[in-house]
Amino acid sequence: MLANLQSASIAVFGAGVMGRSITALALGRGVDVVLIDVSDDVLQDARAEITQQMRHGQLMGAFPAGRTPGTLTATLSGEAAADAAVVIEAITEDASLKARVMTEISRTIPAGVPLITNTSGIPVAELAKSVRRPAELAGVHFMNPAYLIEMVEVVRGPQTGDDAMAAVLSFLERLGKKTVVVRDAPGFVTSRLLHPMINEAARIVAEGTASVESVDRLMHGCLGHPTGPLRTADLIGLDNLADALRLLAERTGNSTFEPCELLMEKVRRGDLGRKTGRGFYDYGEVLS
Amino acid sequence: MNQDPATTAEGIAQAITAFVSKRVGADVPADQDLFESGLVSSLFAMELVVHLEQAFSVQILGDDLKRDNFRSVRAMTALVLRLNGAGHATGA
Repeated sequence: MLANLQSASIAVFGAGVMGRSITALALGRGVDVVLIDVSDDVLQDARAEITQQMRHGQLMGAFPAGRTPGTLTATLSGEAAADAAVVIEAITEDASLKARVMTEISRTIPAGVPLITNTSGIPVAELAKSVRRPAELAGVHFMNPAYLIEMVEVVRGPQTGDDAMAAVLSFLERLGKKTVVVRDAPGFVTSRLLHPMINEAARIVAEGTASVESVDRLMHGCLGHPTGPLRTADLIGLDNLADALRLLAERTGNSTFEPCELLMEKVRRGDLGRKTGRGFYDYGEVLS
Repeated sequence: MNQDPATTAEGIAQAITAFVSKRVGADVPADQDLFESGLVSSLFAMELVVHLEQAFSVQILGDDLKRDNFRSVRAMTALVLRLNGAGHATGA
């Protein structure tokens, strides 16, 4: 099975921020990718951005030298995932939408193929209810940009089997990732800590305690955060962050996790971060 | 292309310096190591690639896509000059 994994392609559902970044990672490591989305326009954008992301990865020395990149197939057809050795779901962070897509994916892929959900915080156990073989489902929380950040958070659901865990970890090793495995819980570890921190950072700005730049400079200069929480928020995407915070609030019963007003206001205005050119910071033209 | 400032070393260096200084909010000497000084993040590094390609009508491909070529204003100027030169030779 592992030998098969070495040569086979993977399928990624969802050509948004994370789907693109994960695809670029796999291609850069020589793995062929079938990228599936419901929108042709999104797929076209994705193709262009993935090309740039692979150049970005090369620029930063993130891919092994001399490795022939994988080939990308972008398609509207979920059936195209049928031959994949590993399937990754990376659609919008919406629990009911994810559940619906999981059901469809689960019908398409044969037994023995590990199914990975790239969620930042929806418990794997919850998504497991929508798949045919819960033992083959595991969570992998890739960070953005997936092709540059060396580590991923791996989530073992209560029903995840040993074979699936072994296959997922072996696949991640092939992608050059370091892994830390955690148990299933809303927000796991990284989102449970990071997302409320970003929410508080936005509240601090809204209350006038400090500017966006000052909050980030302090967290960077005093506490060693690589970019500061608000710059990180812009990279995550503020719509995704608001979704994730709402999920966390609902599932922990902690209402302070609800996205704060400043965050919601930015989402309503369409200022979603780097991907739209403006969030907490202004990025000028969108990187394309 | 004609002999506008965008094709001389000095003109290229000036244009790159202006772009980088504006984006990092600080003066940037031509020899300063932008990565070591922490002025340039990994994301901004890629913006530099895209900016140079658009501003100077060059394509930065293959082995040229490495950090050393973007380490300083001087390094970027040399890269653009080299690619521009090649472009003119083949385009003529």
